[in-house]
Amino acid sequence: MSYTDEHRPMMTVDGTPLKKSLAIALRRQKIRALLLISPLLIFVLFTLALIFASMLFRSVENDIVSEILPETVVALSSWDAQSGELPDETVYSAFAGDIQRAAKAKDHTRVGLRLNYEKSGMASLFKKTARKAKKWDLEADAPFKNKLIETHKGWADIAVWQTLKTHSSLYTSGYFLNSIDMRKTVSGPEYQPEDRQILVTLFKRTLIISLVITMSCILLAYPVAWLLANLPMRQANLLMILVLLPFWTSLLVRTSAWKVMLQQQGVINDLLVALGMIEETGRLALINNQLGTVIAMTHILLPFMILPMYSVMQSISPTYLRAAKSLGATNWTAFWRIYFPQSVPGIGAGSILVFILSIGYYITPEIVGGNKGVFISNRIAYHIFQSMNWGLAAALGTILLVAVLILYWAYDKIVGIDNVKLGG
Amino acid sequence: MKFTKTVFATAALSLFAGLALAEEMTIVSWGGAYSKSQLKAYHEPYTANTGVTIINDESAGTAVPKLRAMKEAGNLTWDVVDVEAGPAMQLCDEGLAMEIDHDFMLADAPDGTLASNDFGDFIVSDCFIPQIVYSYTVGYRNDMVGSTPPTSICAIFDTETYPGKRSLKKGALSNMEWALLCDGVAKADIYPMLETAAGQDQALAKLDTIKDDVIWWSAGADTPQLLADGEVVMGSTFNGRLFALIEEQNQPVSMLWDGQIYDLDGWIIPTGLSPERQARALHYVRFATDTQRLADQSRWISYGPTRASSALLVDKHAELGIDMAPHMPTDPANSTNTFLMNYAFWADYKDDIESKFQAWLAK
Repeated sequence: MSYTDEHRPMMTVDGTPLKKSLAIALRRQKIRALLLISPLLIFVLFTLALIFASMLFRSVENDIVSEILPETVVALSSWDAQSGELPDETVYSAFAGDIQRAAKAKDHTRVGLRLNYEKSGMASLFKKTARKAKKWDLEADAPFKNKLIETHKGWADIAVWQTLKTHSSLYTSGYFLNSIDMRKTVSGPEYQPEDRQILVTLFKRTLIISLVITMSCILLAYPVAWLLANLPMRQANLLMILVLLPFWTSLLVRTSAWKVMLQQQGVINDLLVALGMIEETGRLALINNQLGTVIAMTHILLPFMILPMYSVMQSISPTYLRAAKSLGATNWTAFWRIYFPQSVPGIGAGSILVFILSIGYYITPEIVGGNKGVFISNRIAYHIFQSMNWGLAAALGTILLVAVLILYWAYDKIVGIDNVKLGG
Repeated sequence: MKFTKTVFATAALSLFAGLALAEEMTIVSWGGAYSKSQLKAYHEPYTANTGVTIINDESAGTAVPKLRAMKEAGNLTWDVVDVEAGPAMQLCDEGLAMEIDHDFMLADAPDGTLASNDFGDFIVSDCFIPQIVYSYTVGYRNDMVGSTPPTSICAIFDTETYPGKRSLKKGALSNMEWALLCDGVAKADIYPMLETAAGQDQALAKLDTIKDDVIWWSAGADTPQLLADGEVVMGSTFNGRLFALIEEQNQPVSMLWDGQIYDLDGWIIPTGLSPERQARALHYVRFATDTQRLADQSRWISYGPTRASSALLVDKHAELGIDMAPHMPTDPANSTNTFLMNYAFWADYKDDIESKFQAWLAK
């Protein structure tokens, strides 16, 4: 370190100011780091961000009605849906033109399907009407009010026009209302009829069962992780393999294995009967209910709890415990006051992992859950693959995502996210 | 140097793949024993005749959403798709499946009968090329039904004579029909009644009487497994699964033909194929649905051919050597009390009834 003039900046050998030269080096390093992570960054941006964005968009998007039936939507805007009277001829003739164009472009079923989510029978109403509409002459066959009603009596049903009007906006809150067992009507949001309410129940059930699974994972994983961290290397390795072995086995295989274990003619029931602990007629129902879901999923998610706990416990120095004991603490006090608080970050990390994985599960609940042990994800899968109601599936997915974020935030407030560790 | 080599090798490979593409087609089906029957009866002879390699894709279960997504993305990778009648009608209505002129595009029967007459009522949509008839039916454990084995579909609801668990499909389809049928509703009135809230409630009330005795299945393999383990006394599934359980695995199980609900399976050709690929797909379909090929398929699986002319050619099972005709859902002896699933009805009411059914299940 040589003496420098306070008014002159420090120079490097080649004469550039040191500050500048350092800045260049730092920038180069940053660019290199950015380039190195760019594949990952682009991947994450494209897959995660785009998918989230498109999911959010789909859950409110509703341009299909005004795109396929543009003139009807305009004509309907001047009709008072609560007047109790059918729309007038302008609406009917606008609709006749729209449905004819849609039928020729084969668009009519798409809009029919969309409206069928709101009112059963709309799909066939559109299908049957479009078949006849292809042959109409828009000039000569007017007026259309009676003609449409002759074609299908559905066009004399005021509820059909109300549905059309209610769901003709470009963006809709309808899917989100459906997600919480409500629906959009002319007179504002209403609850679904009681015999169709199911989604709120499923959301609640998903959260409660996931919490139970997380708790049972904590209880089972804690002693195992403690053993792993404290046994001599050789035994610990063997135990580790036992923990990881099921982890490497296919999810479906493990779930099916649980089926064989838990069913009424299964291994556990057979064993209990053989030992005389239960009667032949009183075999236990361990599967096809919530208990089945909890047992199978606890087993499947257990490694996600054990591994973070283990890596945290491994870094807890045994000297603290020894110090506590030498100062007169009992075994329990030493554990509860000294060891346990240090292992909390592992529990936190494991719980977050297990809980978040668990609320998104659907294969295991589908196979072992019976009718009371299925999750909201099973409904999402149903709406994507079976009913094709992607808007509702997107809304349900969005709600699930928001629920996770809220829980994450609550966890941060209560426990503190800095207090989560995946490793020492 | 090494890098350049890799680049050249990759380029050469993709060029080769591009050339090979002309002689390849992707056929989508269900997998398992069903795909095997198609492989033996259709794909192998077709490849032998034409040299076209057939790639089997097993995602028929999600054909509708995938074809939709492919249309949105503008990248169609499938040439021929095996779907049930309901999804075929939906794809046709949405313009995702190509309309077929059955008489012109499909082979005549050997005696010159036009394809549309040979297939008859099984052509349920302009885009649908019928292949097989299968049915939802019920199997039961011989050793768990006492001395009076069931003869009627309504044994499902008779928990006094046949105590024990029964497995039913976790969904409205098939269960709602059987519930009304066994509640004394005439067959012709079932679907009109299911259109009304009162009819739906009546069906659910009937199902309520056995709700605690039911294990609900979601995969076709569930009921055979539950029957084999003695976990249920009876259960519904597809007739081909029961055939495999009884004849191939020799389990102490018998099956009912009473009250079976027919469903159809067939081909569709997606719209938007290039002219060459479309010609290839049509060529394949013409071959695969001729009288002999449809009859050949029944030598591998107990699903009935949809051509009247094929029914006469149904032979023995290719590996078991047993006569297949009595195992066909369409055999006259088996079809005294049956009905065909009403696809148009389910297209309209599936969402509504299914949400009601699921809400009822969750209670």
